[in-house]
Amino acid sequence: MTGMEWYLPLIWAAIIGIAVMMYVILDGFDLGIGILFPFTRKEEERDLMMNSVAPFWDGNETWLVLGGGGLWVAFPKAYAIIMPAFYLPVIGMLLALVLRGVSFEFRWVAKPRHQLWDFAFAAGSIAAAFLQGIILGGLLQGVEVANGQYAGGPFDWLTPFSVFAGVAVVGGYALLGATWLNMRTEGPVKSLGRRFTPPLLGFVLLAMAVISLWTPLSLPRVADRWFSTPNIFYLWPVPVAVALITYVIWQSLRRGAEFLPFAGTIALFILGYAGLVISNVPYLVPPVLTFWDAAASPASQIFFLMGTIFLLPLVLGYTVFVYWVFRGKIAPGEGYH
Amino acid sequence: MEFDPVLLARIQFAFTISFHIIFPAFTIGLSAYIAVLLLTWLKTKNDKYHRLARFWTKIFAVSFAMGVVSGIVLTYQFGTNWSRFSEFSGNVIGPLIGYEVLTAFYLEATFLGILLFGWNRFPNWLLALAAVLVAIGTATSAFWILSANSWMQTPAGHEIRDGIAYPVDWLQVIFNPSFPYRLAHMLNAAYLTTAAVVLAVGARYLLGRRFVEESRTMLRMAVGMIAISAPLQLFIGDLHGLNTLEHQPVKVAAMEGHWDEAKGSAFVLFGIPDQEVRENHYEIAIPGLGGLILTHEWNGRYAGLEQFPSDEWPPVANVFFTFRLMVGIGLFLILIGFWGAWLWWRGQLFTSRLYLLTSSYVWPLGFIAILAGWFVTEQGRQPWLVYGHLRTIDGISPVPAASVLGTLALFVFIYGIIFAMGIYYINRLIERGLSPEAREPSEGLPNRPLSAAEEATREALGRGPGTSGYSAQEMKP
Repeated sequence: MTGMEWYLPLIWAAIIGIAVMMYVILDGFDLGIGILFPFTRKEEERDLMMNSVAPFWDGNETWLVLGGGGLWVAFPKAYAIIMPAFYLPVIGMLLALVLRGVSFEFRWVAKPRHQLWDFAFAAGSIAAAFLQGIILGGLLQGVEVANGQYAGGPFDWLTPFSVFAGVAVVGGYALLGATWLNMRTEGPVKSLGRRFTPPLLGFVLLAMAVISLWTPLSLPRVADRWFSTPNIFYLWPVPVAVALITYVIWQSLRRGAEFLPFAGTIALFILGYAGLVISNVPYLVPPVLTFWDAAASPASQIFFLMGTIFLLPLVLGYTVFVYWVFRGKIAPGEGYH
Repeated sequence: MEFDPVLLARIQFAFTISFHIIFPAFTIGLSAYIAVLLLTWLKTKNDKYHRLARFWTKIFAVSFAMGVVSGIVLTYQFGTNWSRFSEFSGNVIGPLIGYEVLTAFYLEATFLGILLFGWNRFPNWLLALAAVLVAIGTATSAFWILSANSWMQTPAGHEIRDGIAYPVDWLQVIFNPSFPYRLAHMLNAAYLTTAAVVLAVGARYLLGRRFVEESRTMLRMAVGMIAISAPLQLFIGDLHGLNTLEHQPVKVAAMEGHWDEAKGSAFVLFGIPDQEVRENHYEIAIPGLGGLILTHEWNGRYAGLEQFPSDEWPPVANVFFTFRLMVGIGLFLILIGFWGAWLWWRGQLFTSRLYLLTSSYVWPLGFIAILAGWFVTEQGRQPWLVYGHLRTIDGISPVPAASVLGTLALFVFIYGIIFAMGIYYINRLIERGLSPEAREPSEGLPNRPLSAAEEATREALGRGPGTSGYSAQEMKP
């Protein structure tokens, strides 16, 4: 393997890894708003919840396009296996995202008969989060491949583990949403966020613990990665950091802090994501395809990389700009037409 | 009951991509129109251009949202439904799709934000610049997507090793033989389609004696655009046809219902092609004209279907009829353009009831023609997915037919609801009409034209979000 063929797939794995993580964090909190939607029945509170993410959701979802499109560009063999393997959950997730996406717009036009779009927004958000967890869980467990093609059945992804991962992602996104509401709103919506943060935090920790035990117990390669020497000496700070951050979230929330609980939750997500990466590197489709097996030809990876180097920072700059333009608190609205 | 998984996958993809293309086709044209309006406003300082730009921006926002959500689906459907194709062509056209996301998707999103939310926050020149950049973004998107599609029609600049395509020359890949014609044909189609919508809306208002000054401007701009772009479309289409004859002759034979070179080259006005008996039923044809159209020489001969193995024929009747539908609409729009230009010259454009009434119904024609045109070129490519290299049957995912059928039913159900609601809301926006100047909506039930309404409300309140926080009240219409 020459130098270029070795490091190009690594660079691309990093770029797509970052795109997926950006997606999980950014769309995570706005899906979380939809997941928390059923927990208030008051129309003005729902309006406020939705408005707190309305300017951002579109940009947030673009990271999903970059993640999926980027996977095809840089790792076509992985893309060609993962998509058919998760055919039903992927299409279900996309349709759920379509429904909740148009709800942002249609809900306002339909008022006062907007109940359908309230339902579509909540159900779409929950379904999208759950199916993303299912895909994640199914991928961790491994995919059956023969002759470079998916060789399993249409429901191979449906296991107790993947269902658990689905529920975990719903809970995790809800935590992001709750801490977002705590940070960005006032009044009853803010207290809704505050009230839901501790139980959701507890649930997320429990889910992380269960997945951290379940994967090494059922998958020897994961156990080997974490518990063999010398790996264990380098990796023990990961769970310690999780414990520390949990403490920070909990304490800052009690003090009434607004930014720290949200930032801490993002840090928890990044750590959980890092844990999954550690468990699975260098597999893109565990346990059959590595970054190098699945890579596109170097000519294709270089051609797309040359543009990405300039364009991706531009995109990040735009994202920061939009969040900056819309900074500040969103007060609860009273006067309603 | 047995289903054909290839046919089901094709129907599903045809359904989702047909749904999708309607919205980009409109937003490519509309963003350019809004940019022209704003630039004219800057130059003339006439506020009617400003009012028109604001009105169309609201409709643009609705269409753009529906284009976005249906577009995300497609990024994944290449893999879910056509995984073997994705693997075969990923090295070559994957980067083209990737560049579409990075150069166009984000450019549109960035400056759309300024266009929708910035009317009172930013200087006029920045608004105009944003509109121009959104228009460039939508056209750039078309550039990459059509390049990737054209590569599937006329692949070039690659080599195939072990059943996978590898890039050899990127310029040849991007600027493959059919790409310039397809890009010109589609972009012009988008502008023509939008002009037809603007014409219909202007005519509808004039018939109802509403927004007279603005409607006359819409009518003049639309008639001028159609009078130029409709004949231009015929010219580009002719060049595109000659290019197709060179690279995909069997597609042209199907488009023309042309069975055998030895039997001359009549132009078939009407007929019902029958693939079984290999002839057209009830044919009405003009001898020699087909040769004139395709070889630019009376009685010029070109290959018919019989000159190709029948397992390389596209579905002849589908291609034949959708081609005639597209051309028929194109000719009708040329008539509308010339008729309008003539009335304008005679000074009767705003008073001819017959013309206004006819024009008020032309809004769907461009969309139908665009869909028909895509059906011609995509079905005409069959049985190939990548022409000459990968058959459609070999590009499919290893997914059971029942999965495809089940998700197809879901797509039809959900897209059906969304499409019906979207059209209904756009129609309500048109019915409501132009707002004279910024003021608080007086109606009891506010219609929130998607994101644009937030902006209108903010304008009504005289300030925007950001500087000192923004309230939910401001976000509401």
